[in-house]
Amino acid sequence: MTPTLNLTINGVPQQIALDDPRATLLDVLRERIGLTGTKKGCDRGQCGACTVLIDGRRMNSCLALALSHDGAEITTVEGLADGDQLHPVQAAFIAHDGFQCGYCTPGQIMSAVGLIAEGEAGLDPERVREGMSGNLCRCAAYAGITEAVLDATREIAAGTEKRETA
Amino acid sequence: MNRFEYSRAETLGAAVGAEGALLAGGTNLLDLMKIGVATPERLVDISRLSLDRIEESAGGLRIGAMVRNADIARDPQVLARYPALAEALLSGASAQLRNAATTGGNVMQATRCSYFQDPLSPCNRRAPGSGCGALGGATRNHAVLGWTEGCIAVHPSDMCVALAAYDAVVEITGPEGLREVPMEEFHPLPDAEGSGAAPLAPGEIITHIRLPDPRALARNARYVKLRERTSFAFAIVSAAAALAIEDGVITEARLALGGVAARPWRCRAAEAALKGQPATAASFARAAELATEGARPSGDNAAKIPLAQRIALRALERAAAGTPERLPALPASVFAGDDNG
Repeated sequence: MTPTLNLTINGVPQQIALDDPRATLLDVLRERIGLTGTKKGCDRGQCGACTVLIDGRRMNSCLALALSHDGAEITTVEGLADGDQLHPVQAAFIAHDGFQCGYCTPGQIMSAVGLIAEGEAGLDPERVREGMSGNLCRCAAYAGITEAVLDATREIAAGTEKRETA
Repeated sequence: MNRFEYSRAETLGAAVGAEGALLAGGTNLLDLMKIGVATPERLVDISRLSLDRIEESAGGLRIGAMVRNADIARDPQVLARYPALAEALLSGASAQLRNAATTGGNVMQATRCSYFQDPLSPCNRRAPGSGCGALGGATRNHAVLGWTEGCIAVHPSDMCVALAAYDAVVEITGPEGLREVPMEEFHPLPDAEGSGAAPLAPGEIITHIRLPDPRALARNARYVKLRERTSFAFAIVSAAAALAIEDGVITEARLALGGVAARPWRCRAAEAALKGQPATAASFARAAELATEGARPSGDNAAKIPLAQRIALRALERAAAGTPERLPALPASVFAGDDNG
């Protein structure tokens, strides 16, 4: 029997027939759904390029067995923008040159979205760097990445305040 | 990765006695399967068992085996009463891995000995009787306590070191019923052949970790970890320290080392030497020397013995200074200044 996997990916319910239980969430996103923004770097949880949100929490999709996450809500880098309106984290990475080759960027951005939602790093650059240590950047764009995360943290806090006072 | 049959256990009853490898967060097991070190024919997914809560228990806490590492580290009760456990957890892995990894999985994780991780190397732990590839090899990360010629690997967990210092107990359910093992003794030391007993019998599952009431140890507890980079690296050596201090006198002391043995290493002689002594630099220096009693290099790693003493000393001094209101930006780092670190 071929198991059917139910996932909500970027708000869209998806049914995937899985003929091989070995598929990771990363494999499903890239090979079955065609969402290739999420990258396969080390495939061992060491580089962070495959970071997505699973039920709102940032995790390495390369170490997530797809069948184990049946019913989960997944957010990938493709699900962040609102039409042409970039997510504040995406906009901040562009504004602060938070990348060079760009391969690690989707994972960096998803990790930053998770970090800001966790709310524990705030505007402390040292806590941001520590909180982003699961994402490696071979081009070493770390200075720009830290600035981008701090800027996006301010932007998101300001947006939340605006909505709350509106 | 070899092909396997997948099933999900919806209840503890279905998980106990199930044949196959237990899958929880998957951060270690899937990794081992990808590199060919673990080759289970069946995976039993226990990630949805309702063992996902932290509960009050006789003045202490009882942590379910499916609680994620990140959720222990940010639990207000853990931060208030067992801060060295939170600091140890936050010093390990990355935020993504801590969000997935479970309590039970952290305890059960395999050694990162590079010879164990390489299926082409001999390894008594992975393939009993094949020999130890690490002996005479690159041994700077290997054991200096409790090792034999059969195996010189260390247990990589930070969490377990803090749990051992806090006298935590591992609750296990199996086909024969319930049993409990102190965290300190859960991981068997290698026998002469290097294999030794498995920590869990087939069909057994860890359900909870129980922490006794920390009493006066609650606010003088720290974890310190030396590693090759400040974040996202396993310990070269680490130490968890907790002290009860009354009027400047140590009434109770706990000290455990990580990165030195196949289990978290409780330093009983050091603890005994601290009890009743003034909380001074001289007392801590004497205890730190005793911490590595019986240590001997297993290869090119003699440096780990004085390093472990220095890290133990740092952990004791930081514990005596009091746990900070908020854990430092770089948890357990030796580079955090001692005033805020």
